[in-house]
Amino acid sequence: MTAPLLEVQGLTKRFGGLVANDGVSFTLAAGEILGLIGPNGAGKTTLFNSLAGFFPPTSGRILLDGADVAGLPPERIAARGVARTFQIVRVFRSMTVVENAMVGVMLHTKAPRAAERLAREALAFAGLERRAGAPAAQLTVAEQKRLEVARALATRPRLLLLDEVMAGLTPAEVQDAVALVRNIRGRGIACIVVEHVMEGLMPLADRILVLDDGRKIADGTPAAVAADPAVIRAYLGEDHRAPGP
Amino acid sequence: MRGGRARAAAICGAAAVAILLPLALRQPTARNTLVLMLMLAQLGVAWNILGGYAGQMSLGHAAFYGTGAYVSTALLLRLGISPWLGMAAGAAAATALALVVGWPCFRLRGHYFAMATIAVGEIVQAIATNWDAIGGAVGLTLPVEERGLAGFVFNVSRLPYYYIALGLLALTLLVNWAVVRSHLGYYFRAIKDEPDAARALGVSLTRYKLAAIALSAALTAAGGTLYAQKELYIDPGSVLSTGLSIRISLAAILGGVGTISGPVLGAVVLTGIDEASRTVFGGTGRGTDLVVYGLLIVLIALFRPEGLVGLFRAPRRGQGAGRAGGAPGGTP
Repeated sequence: MTAPLLEVQGLTKRFGGLVANDGVSFTLAAGEILGLIGPNGAGKTTLFNSLAGFFPPTSGRILLDGADVAGLPPERIAARGVARTFQIVRVFRSMTVVENAMVGVMLHTKAPRAAERLAREALAFAGLERRAGAPAAQLTVAEQKRLEVARALATRPRLLLLDEVMAGLTPAEVQDAVALVRNIRGRGIACIVVEHVMEGLMPLADRILVLDDGRKIADGTPAAVAADPAVIRAYLGEDHRAPGP
Repeated sequence: MRGGRARAAAICGAAAVAILLPLALRQPTARNTLVLMLMLAQLGVAWNILGGYAGQMSLGHAAFYGTGAYVSTALLLRLGISPWLGMAAGAAAATALALVVGWPCFRLRGHYFAMATIAVGEIVQAIATNWDAIGGAVGLTLPVEERGLAGFVFNVSRLPYYYIALGLLALTLLVNWAVVRSHLGYYFRAIKDEPDAARALGVSLTRYKLAAIALSAALTAAGGTLYAQKELYIDPGSVLSTGLSIRISLAAILGGVGTISGPVLGAVVLTGIDEASRTVFGGTGRGTDLVVYGLLIVLIALFRPEGLVGLFRAPRRGQGAGRAGGAPGGTP
């Protein structure tokens, strides 16, 4: 087995007295899809923000291809091949759809003409090519989420962090989003997917990591995690027992 | 490319009018008003790079303007250096000041950044007022003899000031246009819209905000040198006041931030109001221009939040129109 793309070791993030992430460790191989779940307040978004450079971790290491990137600012992390989307969409509202994607492309290709061509490719991949000329502010929520994905992909990442890209979508749109993430993996890009929409995540993830109260309580295949008593307790409370033998 | 051709025709038409207008208007005060319009337009366009496109609301641009005026004037008076070289030196000094000041100020966002820039402007003005080597509160007087183009002093005919102001405005518009079309323009607008999303795409906020303020400051300083050579007298009140900073930003905001032609339009209207109120009310009406400004801003905020440029722009086209890429944010 080759060295993992991402290796997180003992990642801890404190905000004053609150421990949002407590010694979280996991690895991710190139092209793997890791689901990240947990009850509200479990520390999923904090973990994302640490990985993407928005929060410097209190302690622990984030090894990307063996180099520690913990504490680097977001723009440096992006330059090393980590892209993200935001839970609450943050498209550039004064720009057109293709201009949004161009900002992502420009990480590697600064010339606008070449950037526009590559941006259109990214939009086509995300199924947005017909909206290329529209102001980004006019897109539906589902389209804006796709635009965030297209824009992130335009930076040519090796690791994509997707923060609730399926939340608030209709069942049909969820299926489209699942297909999109599969296609992303098809390009060899690893994904970490934070999601509450289980019917979207379960068939998609190679592995699922469960956080509760800042700590990792499970890490395994979707089937194994779904049957894990600790996970069931975390979601349903102490009194519930998994039915069965 | 019908839009492109129409735009080229509009630019040529505007240039022709700008070149011929002072020849038609022979009255000195009218010509002077035109020069003031061009000078404020140039400052508004320069401010717009930082305040409009990159969205960093500066209310301290007089610091850069005054730097340009003082550096070229001091070099001329003390070392006999040509004001043209002084203009370049002033732009360089203002760029250095912008980088030094921008570094800490850009840690602040939104209103806090604007407040910090006011403080910077006030500090620079206080320093100049108390620095006797550059004339202190009394100011500096430049030699008034005719020196022609090389010496940048024109008394026989003041028409050259008009064409120099026009040339400087054209240069500033050209820089603005080149910036908007390059990756800088995209990054500036991204920073303005969603700074965190821009960072996640690899855009260093500090680096690109500093690029914006450096360009903006250098061009503003060039305007300061022109002012010094035209008025042949500078003091802290005339080139470093916060009132001037506000006027510069107002030209852009009134005309339309984040558009190439907006600040020009705003400057023409603002200067027009100044001169009209001066003519109508004379010395007794000091302050009426401010009343009219205020009224205008309220009207703009209510009916045309995108600025006066919005009056001339066709209503927003529907979705899917092919405005992509080629002409970002730019207009008419």
